[in-house]
Amino acid sequence: MIKKIKLSIILLIIATAQSNALIEVDITRGNLDPLPIAVSPLSADKDTNEKLTKELKIDKVGQEISSVVENNLRNSGLFNPLNKDAFLQKPNIAHLKPRFEDWSLIKAQALITGKVTLKDEKLRVEFRLWDVLAGKEMMALAFTTVPSNWRRVGHIITDKVYERLTGEKGYFDTRIIYVAEEGPKTKRIKKLAIMDQDGSNTKYLTLGNELVLTPRFNPTNQMVTYLSYFRNLPRVYLLDIETGIQEVVGDFPGMTFAPRFSPDGKKIIMSFAMDGNSDIYTMNLENRIVERITNHPSIDTSPSYSPDGKFICFNSDRSGYQQIYVMKADGSKVKRISFGKGLYGTPVWSPRGDLIAFTKLHKGKFYIGVMRTDGSGERLLTENYYQEAPSWSPNGRVLIFYRETKTDSEGKGFSAKLWSIDLTGYNERMVNTESDASDPSWSSLLSN
Amino acid sequence: MNLSKFFKNAFLVMLACLVLSACATKKVQNQMQGDVYTGTETVEYLASGVPDRVFFATNESVLTTASRDTLRKQAEWLRKNSKINVVLEGHADERGTREYNLALGERRANAAKDYLMTYGISANRISVISYGKERPVDSGSNPLAWSKNRRSVTVKAN
Repeated sequence: MIKKIKLSIILLIIATAQSNALIEVDITRGNLDPLPIAVSPLSADKDTNEKLTKELKIDKVGQEISSVVENNLRNSGLFNPLNKDAFLQKPNIAHLKPRFEDWSLIKAQALITGKVTLKDEKLRVEFRLWDVLAGKEMMALAFTTVPSNWRRVGHIITDKVYERLTGEKGYFDTRIIYVAEEGPKTKRIKKLAIMDQDGSNTKYLTLGNELVLTPRFNPTNQMVTYLSYFRNLPRVYLLDIETGIQEVVGDFPGMTFAPRFSPDGKKIIMSFAMDGNSDIYTMNLENRIVERITNHPSIDTSPSYSPDGKFICFNSDRSGYQQIYVMKADGSKVKRISFGKGLYGTPVWSPRGDLIAFTKLHKGKFYIGVMRTDGSGERLLTENYYQEAPSWSPNGRVLIFYRETKTDSEGKGFSAKLWSIDLTGYNERMVNTESDASDPSWSSLLSN
Repeated sequence: MNLSKFFKNAFLVMLACLVLSACATKKVQNQMQGDVYTGTETVEYLASGVPDRVFFATNESVLTTASRDTLRKQAEWLRKNSKINVVLEGHADERGTREYNLALGERRANAAKDYLMTYGISANRISVISYGKERPVDSGSNPLAWSKNRRSVTVKAN
C-alpha cells in the first residue's frame, strides 16, 4: 500500500568536521533563543521545472522542498527560519558561493542552499549547509529518488541539518499513526490513519465500521499493532501497512488490549482481561508462544519496554489507585516508582532509556510529565482539562499526545486533537490533522 | 426613586437566582448519592420493573445496594426467560486514561456478572464486553454526566 522507498544518498563533499564552526544549537534549554537560519529556495532550471510541474502537478518543486525544510525547522522550536523576502542573493548563485556578508546582514547564522535536477526520470537534489559567521561550508549532500518522493527529500535534508547543528539525530523523516475521529461524542466513528510527521500525506487504513484504538508502530519495521472491536470482540491485531494484511494476535478467550512492541519488534506486550482482571502478557511473533508476565488481582495495563528490552514499566492499581511500576522483563522485581499526589497512567519508556513519560490526573486536571526510571525527578510539562497517551519522537526529544475539550452545558463543543511538546516543556503546539484525532504513535526514522 | 427601584429589582433578581440555583442543586443531589448516579433518566427496561443498568462510583467496581437490587430483578427475569442470553457492557467516564478505563469497564461488567451468577444465572448465558470511555450516554463534562456514564448495561444478546 505504501511503497518502501529507496533513496540513494551520495556524499558529495565530506563536511570539514574539524573546522571551528561557530554555530551550535543549544538543545538543553529548548526554544528560548532559536537559531536564525536562512533556507534559500532550491534552484532548478527551466527545463527541470517544466517536466516536474507536469509530473507532480506542483509548480517549482525546489521552493516546495525548501518550504518543507523551513516548516520542519520552525516547528522544532530550535530554529528561526528567516523571511525569504529579505534574501539578497539568487538561489542558484548562493548555492555555488554564498556572499556571506549579505546573509550575515539579515542576521542569518546558518544558510541552506540547494539545487534540483531531473536525470533519467529521477529527481536529484543536492544541498549545502553553510556557517555564515565562519564563512564555511559545513555539509554537502545529494539524494537521488523518484520525483513523487520530493517531500521525503525535504524531511531528510531537515534531519541532516538538525543532526549537524544539534549533535542529535533528527525526527523529521518519520510518520505518525493515529485514530481519526468523527461524529458526536456518544457515537464516535474511529478509523486508523497514518500521516507524515508534519501532517501531510494522510491515508486511512480502516473504514470506520468497527471501533479501533491505540495503534502503535513496530520500532523496526512498518508493522502496527492496535485494538479492534471487529465483530464486537475487542482483540489486539497486527497490521502490515505495506500490504494491508491484518491478523488477530494470539487466541485469547477474552479482551486483549494496550498492545506495544518490544524494542526488537519480535514480541507484542499487552493486557489480557480474564474474569474482570487484567494482567500483562507477551506473545512472541516468531513462534507464537504466549507468556504471562504479571499475576495480580489488580488491574495491570499500559506496559512499555525499556529500549534495551530488560525492563517493563506499566500501570497498576494494586496500591488502591493507578500508579506506575517497573519490573524486570520476566515479571520479577516489581517496584512502584510514582509517589507524587494524584493518579498516574500510560507510562512510556523514552528511546534514550533515561526517562518515562506519563499522564497524571490530579485535582481534576490532566498533566503530561516525565520522571526518571526510578521515579525521581518528576517534571510536569503541560496541564489541561483532558490529555493523555504521550508517544516519544524516535530521538527522545519530543512527545506527541492527544487532548480532548470540555463540552458546554448542553454537552456540545467536543473535539480531540493531537499536540506535541518538547521534553523541556517548551514549544507546545497543535499538530494539524484532517479530522479530529487521538492515540498518536510516532514511527522510527524511515531512513538513517 | 430610581435608585431604590434599582435595588429592589436587583434584590428580586438575586432572590430568583438563589431559588433557581437551590433547585438545580437539589435536582443534582436527587440524582446522585455520593457520586453514584441514582436517577432514572438514562435507564431503560428489560421488562416491566427490570432496569437494564447499574451505576458505579469513580474508579470503583463495587455494587451499591441499589445495584444489587437491580441485578436481583434481572436474575429473576433471566430465570423466567431461560432462552434469553445477555451481554453485560461495562463503561467508564471520560476522566481516566483510555487503557485503564478499558480494564475498569471490564471489571465493572464482571462485578455485575458475578452477582447474576450467585443468583443462579449460568455463566454461559452471560458474555461481557468493555467499552471503557468510548460510548458515553451523556456527552456532558460535569459530575452528573460522568455518573451516568460509569455503568454496566445488561443487553439482550438474542
